[in-house]
Amino acid sequence: MTVDVQTTRERFEESLADLEVPVTRTEPTALESALEEIVREPAIGTPLEFEAVSLPDWIDDAPTPATLEAATTSVTSASFGIADYGSVVLPARPDGSEQVSLFPELHVPVLRESDLVPDMPTAIDRLGPVLRDGGSAILATGPSATADMGALVRGAHGPKAVHVVLLGDGETDE
Amino acid sequence: MSDAGGRRSKAAHIRRLLETEGDAVEENTIGFNRGRYESVADLEDYEELKSEARAIKEDAIERLPALIDELTATVEENGGTVYLADDAADANRYIREVASEQDADRLVKSKSMTTEELEVNEALEADGVDVVETDLGEWVLQVADEAPSHIVAPAIHRSEVDIARLFNERFDPEEPLETAEELTAFARERLGGLIREADVGMTGANFITADSGTIALVTSEGNARKSAVVPDTHVAVAGVEKIVPSVEDLSPFIELIGRSGTGQDITSYISLLTPPVESPVVDVNEPDVAFADRDDDREFHLVLIDNGRMAMREDDQLRETLYCIRCSACANSCANFQSVGGHAFGGETYSGGIATGWEAGVHGYDSAAEFNDLCTGCSRCVNQCPVEIDIPWINTVVRDRLNRGGDEGQFEFLVEGLTPDEEPGGIDLQKRLFGNYETLAKLGSATAPVSNWLADAGPARTVLERVAGVDSRRELPAFKRETLRDWYESRGPRIDAADAEREVVLYPDTYTNHVDVDRGKAAVRVLEALDVRVRIPAVPESGRAPLSQGMIDTADERASRVYAALAEHIDAGRDVVVIEPSDLAMFRREYEKLLPEASFDRLREGSYEVLEYVYGLLENGTDADALGGTDAEVAYHSHCQQRTLGLEPYTTTVLETAGYDVLESDVECCGMAGSFGYKTEYYELSVDVGDRLREQFTTPAARDRIVAASGTSCEDQLGSLLERDAVHPVELLDPRRRSGR
Repeated sequence: MTVDVQTTRERFEESLADLEVPVTRTEPTALESALEEIVREPAIGTPLEFEAVSLPDWIDDAPTPATLEAATTSVTSASFGIADYGSVVLPARPDGSEQVSLFPELHVPVLRESDLVPDMPTAIDRLGPVLRDGGSAILATGPSATADMGALVRGAHGPKAVHVVLLGDGETDE
Repeated sequence: MSDAGGRRSKAAHIRRLLETEGDAVEENTIGFNRGRYESVADLEDYEELKSEARAIKEDAIERLPALIDELTATVEENGGTVYLADDAADANRYIREVASEQDADRLVKSKSMTTEELEVNEALEADGVDVVETDLGEWVLQVADEAPSHIVAPAIHRSEVDIARLFNERFDPEEPLETAEELTAFARERLGGLIREADVGMTGANFITADSGTIALVTSEGNARKSAVVPDTHVAVAGVEKIVPSVEDLSPFIELIGRSGTGQDITSYISLLTPPVESPVVDVNEPDVAFADRDDDREFHLVLIDNGRMAMREDDQLRETLYCIRCSACANSCANFQSVGGHAFGGETYSGGIATGWEAGVHGYDSAAEFNDLCTGCSRCVNQCPVEIDIPWINTVVRDRLNRGGDEGQFEFLVEGLTPDEEPGGIDLQKRLFGNYETLAKLGSATAPVSNWLADAGPARTVLERVAGVDSRRELPAFKRETLRDWYESRGPRIDAADAEREVVLYPDTYTNHVDVDRGKAAVRVLEALDVRVRIPAVPESGRAPLSQGMIDTADERASRVYAALAEHIDAGRDVVVIEPSDLAMFRREYEKLLPEASFDRLREGSYEVLEYVYGLLENGTDADALGGTDAEVAYHSHCQQRTLGLEPYTTTVLETAGYDVLESDVECCGMAGSFGYKTEYYELSVDVGDRLREQFTTPAARDRIVAASGTSCEDQLGSLLERDAVHPVELLDPRRRSGR
């Protein structure tokens, strides 16, 4: 079992490397210092959906349309990650997590290593019940991009850069 | 297109596009095409995924009425509204009503070809609604007042420099814009402001799941996400064929669509929105209210479009079109599209190979007729389609239907006697001439060399060009007085039946039999060197020539005659060996549509491309020493249809076994494509396509090599592009080559 998790994480990290998306692994207790290294202020976020982990208080976790426009970085939790593609699954919640992940220049998705799945069929199987229950989600892979202006440009309507934070198993025994 | 004036104006249109848009289109489509080959190579189960995707679409279209009902119930239960629009006018009326109820001043859109089909922008603008395209490519086109040239990358025909010039003229920014980075930042800023103040957001849908009411959007820019969630009203517009039964069905499509289209493993965002979404509205009028404190009452309208689709579903030939996921693989892998893009290779809305089916189904045959001829049937798109649609067949069927609806030919009386086809009157003379090539060839050989002198004489070429659109810049094939069959009949077999390893029927295709007799003789000597006894019976033309002109009944009749001529040989244990790949492709691919299944299977399993057959003999232990061969360097261009059948590796392997050093081309098609390059209106396009091959074969590594090509028309095209003769690979194996003859 441990071996499987290890392999899936390595595959996830390899996929992110192909996308030139940096990834930081940290234990829950060290999340704040990890974010200090990554985040460029002003920063907004939405409450992380993991037990016993929360955003540091220097990240505004009750964003408004005004702070959304002004923010440089956003930090939100991802429901899970897809190792084959380096994708993170971003939920659309009433607290605005979807917009918050989209508008600022840098998006920092936070997800647990134990929430990595190996491939697309597993990810979609996992989303089936969520969507049938009225939920929405974005499979986000790297930053937004466009080639419409004659050359590939990172950062179209969405973030120019993504930095993934992977939380180690220390935070929960589930 | 049956008159000289029509051909001239078509040629002029193509020439203008080649000059203005050709370079940008070529660079982008070839980039996408290369990306696709690389990206799908990473998928271990690519073929299985395609079959899975195909099966899901077949099933969904089969039970579409029930799925529409299920989806409607699901969306309504979720709190949205579904409107099933009969046609564009009906859809536009409903959408205008929604905008009017919202008092909408501005509607922001993400990219959607279906809304282009409806021309919904114009309908809304007539009501005074400010419609803003937020996809950057679509926005460029909106600013330039142009139509998309590609279904996925709509501004593919415009370069960075072009767009900078456009923006600087239109917007007069303080600092002139130059780079793609600057242009993107400018557009993001400007469109961001417009989205913020929009009243309605409109998206298309790549897929819709009936079980959850989820709209799946495949994008990279993030504008679809903004358009869907910033305003409080979301209108999604989608053809009914976008519905799949369940969320779980999405998986193969998500894995295939980005790879098949732009060559990305996955696009930046696969948005799976189940509207009305839980995300809060981004309300500029309440800038300081926290999102978490809002209680929005979102509105969602799903507008499902019929507009001819339910009739396509009932049409046995057009139904497959509905499986299309609009990935653009057929456009990007198409040699003609790579040269001219969707402004020539497209109808009112859709462009690329599959567009013929879409245009015939949603706008009618006149729209399909504008570009249907640009499909040469080269079949390179067939293996690239993620839902396994036989796109060339759809093009052929539409061509056939167009032939039947055509005007009476002006010069009908001239060719009636020369054209023993099964087609009705009214078919274009040019098509009829090329479709009946076998008859011309028989007559040509019988009267050679006089027929060649006459055909080549100035007055004859002028008439041919004016009446039938045969371009006088092309050299016409010269018919040989002694056909391959005549030669073999007088020469006789050199291998005794008792000594023979195998016995084969060498298929005397029209070109080998009447024009390039040498390659037929070489094939006989090669087979005999491997102890194979050869027969060359009279077998009719395969039907390729008429099929390529959309003359399906004639091709069908040929298929029956070919089968009748070959069946007894196959039953007697004789293998059918074919030199011309386009004829072999008939036996192995198109005959599936023309013969009973058992007959098709028998002929398919019993027929071989000549080098494939040689490979098989060598693999089974026959000694290669008897073959000709040297250590010379060869530049080899396989044939489009041969590559679709996956047969080109046999040729390269056999040539290497014989000692040659082989360099292979990687262009999709030589551009000649049978009769295509002979047609006045397409001559320049044919040369432009061929130029990519010319470039590959004139590099320092290739320019001194022997040029070999498997197809007749590839040989002709290479011969005129490179000004040196090309040979068939089997001629390189001719034992006479070794003996220094």
